[in-house]
Amino acid sequence: MTRILLTGNPNVGKSVLFSRLTGVQAIVSNYPGTTISYTRGHMKLGEEMAEVIDVPGTYTLEPTSEAEEIALRLLGSGDIVINVVNAINLERNLYLTLQLLERGIPMVVALNLWDDTKHRGIDIDLDKLRQLLGVPVIPTVAVTGQGVKELAENIPRATSPQHPPATRDQRWATIGKIIEQVQQIRHRHHTWRERLADASVKPVSGGFIALAILAASFFVVRFIGEGLINYVLNPLFNTLWSPVLSWLSNLMGGTGFLHDIVIGKLIDGEVDLVQSFGLLSSGLFVPFGMVLPYIISFYFVLGILEDTGYLPRLAVLMDTIMHRLGLHGYAIIPNLLGLGCNVPAILATRILESKRERFIAATLISIAVPCAALQAMIFGLVGARGIQYVAIVYGTLFIVWIILGLILNHTVKGFSPELLIEIPPYRLPPWRTVLQKLWFRTYSFLAEAIPIILGAILVINVLYILGVFDAIANFTAPVVTGLLGLPKEAVTALVIGFLRKDVALGMLAPLALSSSQLVVGSVVLAMLFPCIATFVVMFRELGWLNMLKAVGVMIVAALVTGGILNLIL
Amino acid sequence: MRRQMHGFGGRFNPEANLVTLVQLKSGQSGTVVDIHGGRRIIDRLNALGIIPGKKITKTSAMLMRGPVTIAVDRVEVAIGFGMANKVMVTPERVP
Repeated sequence: MTRILLTGNPNVGKSVLFSRLTGVQAIVSNYPGTTISYTRGHMKLGEEMAEVIDVPGTYTLEPTSEAEEIALRLLGSGDIVINVVNAINLERNLYLTLQLLERGIPMVVALNLWDDTKHRGIDIDLDKLRQLLGVPVIPTVAVTGQGVKELAENIPRATSPQHPPATRDQRWATIGKIIEQVQQIRHRHHTWRERLADASVKPVSGGFIALAILAASFFVVRFIGEGLINYVLNPLFNTLWSPVLSWLSNLMGGTGFLHDIVIGKLIDGEVDLVQSFGLLSSGLFVPFGMVLPYIISFYFVLGILEDTGYLPRLAVLMDTIMHRLGLHGYAIIPNLLGLGCNVPAILATRILESKRERFIAATLISIAVPCAALQAMIFGLVGARGIQYVAIVYGTLFIVWIILGLILNHTVKGFSPELLIEIPPYRLPPWRTVLQKLWFRTYSFLAEAIPIILGAILVINVLYILGVFDAIANFTAPVVTGLLGLPKEAVTALVIGFLRKDVALGMLAPLALSSSQLVVGSVVLAMLFPCIATFVVMFRELGWLNMLKAVGVMIVAALVTGGILNLIL
Repeated sequence: MRRQMHGFGGRFNPEANLVTLVQLKSGQSGTVVDIHGGRRIIDRLNALGIIPGKKITKTSAMLMRGPVTIAVDRVEVAIGFGMANKVMVTPERVP
């Protein structure tokens, strides 16, 4: 099968074009480095099917990060290259184009963001560009789909003109000559978006804008999340599902092995959607009634932040602080993604250049950045005791994030490179992309979380009945009770945290903990043992040695923090 | 004669008004002359089109040794303080 590679500089719209060509949904955003591994799809090429691969963005074929190395490795396996070029910045984009031409792979150029050239006062002579490069050049607007059909039709016309290998200086000289002949820039005035863009990377105005955006984001996430819970999901579960469960419970006699697994234990003679812990009670209410609303609200807001192009600006503002943690400003993006789910967040550390940064970032994320599922449970359970307790949990995790970063920066060997990023222009988020991305991420959550949640609840009930948890509880009692001040039964939650954090926090609910104990439990649960999915991705991304190191740091940090909290509260 | 050419008080010597990107004022334009850094830094800047001879305009700089933001060929690029300190430019004279 013919293999077509979509390559180009970061943030030129390769993934949008990929979705257009193949119909396969890929996560797209307005910041460089959204695609960190490759996505595969298929399209019709004449009578045959061809494989299309969305390659991570790269500026050159001399890789400077993990994502760029992946791009380079993929290149060797392609039959045809679609080089996606940013029409607003031909100068820099052509550098990769020339390198690709030197490789001699048949190529078509997609001149994307073509609509932007007009209001930016850029005139490009397409015929001249085709002639100078010796390959088809098709103007496209991937977001609206303009030019995509022409691009697909031109793929079979891909050519590989013989460009001799050149040095860096020769390439830039060639680009200079091409630009002189094909591009004209007309003078024009600054737009309001550009003024806003400038303001958001200036120290004072930028700081205010960042505070306003982050506060607004938090407020909107809470507003949508709580709104869905109070007005949609709670009424649905209470009026429709609870009666069904009561009826079923009566039918099964209200007790017994099967009843405990399917419905759970009765609390004061009633089925409790949170505390009963049966497959049909907590097993459905935790993912759908408590976590899903926050998954939707968090990813909705994140999607908008991603697509406006604000995140790289936040990276610039955070750079000085992040340097103290052994990272640079761009590391704020994986950390923010971690507030949704730690798995894609740790994958996203690939945008960082050095192994040291990736280790520090992955360790910090897995220990101190709670995922949306866990946060939803914190809001639901700890929030019921008063918002000040939620603030203590978040405050503690933030302090841990800072202190741990400072320590890792002083102890981990190696060096952390400087920030060097392209800042995309602000764009109004295309609603189609925002909603598609929201659907994609929500669906992924449901598909991945539901089986594990149900499995976890099954395992919990069986282990309870077999008395395994009692044995573990007695064994670990000195640490759990002595150091953390929690009842020894709380250890079961810490163990289950390895499967799912949301379910684990739910297990603390029936233990009748004091508010302080609930805070300690939530913090320790957030820090100790990432869920199994995070473990797997850490193992793959860091290697087993570094993963073990991270786990060591994790256990010490969680116990120390939990112990201190227990003393203070 | 030759000696006299050199005696213009260094006005034609480009080294005389070289500044780093950190020293360049916000809003001011300049031409990159040299990058006083190792291969890695030169490679990474090259990838973004920041090479000797390129005209740039400084947009802003963050406080406390924060990154410098510049415009290169209509694209905004943020450069960490340490790296920005290694990029030498000749500022454009204000007419």
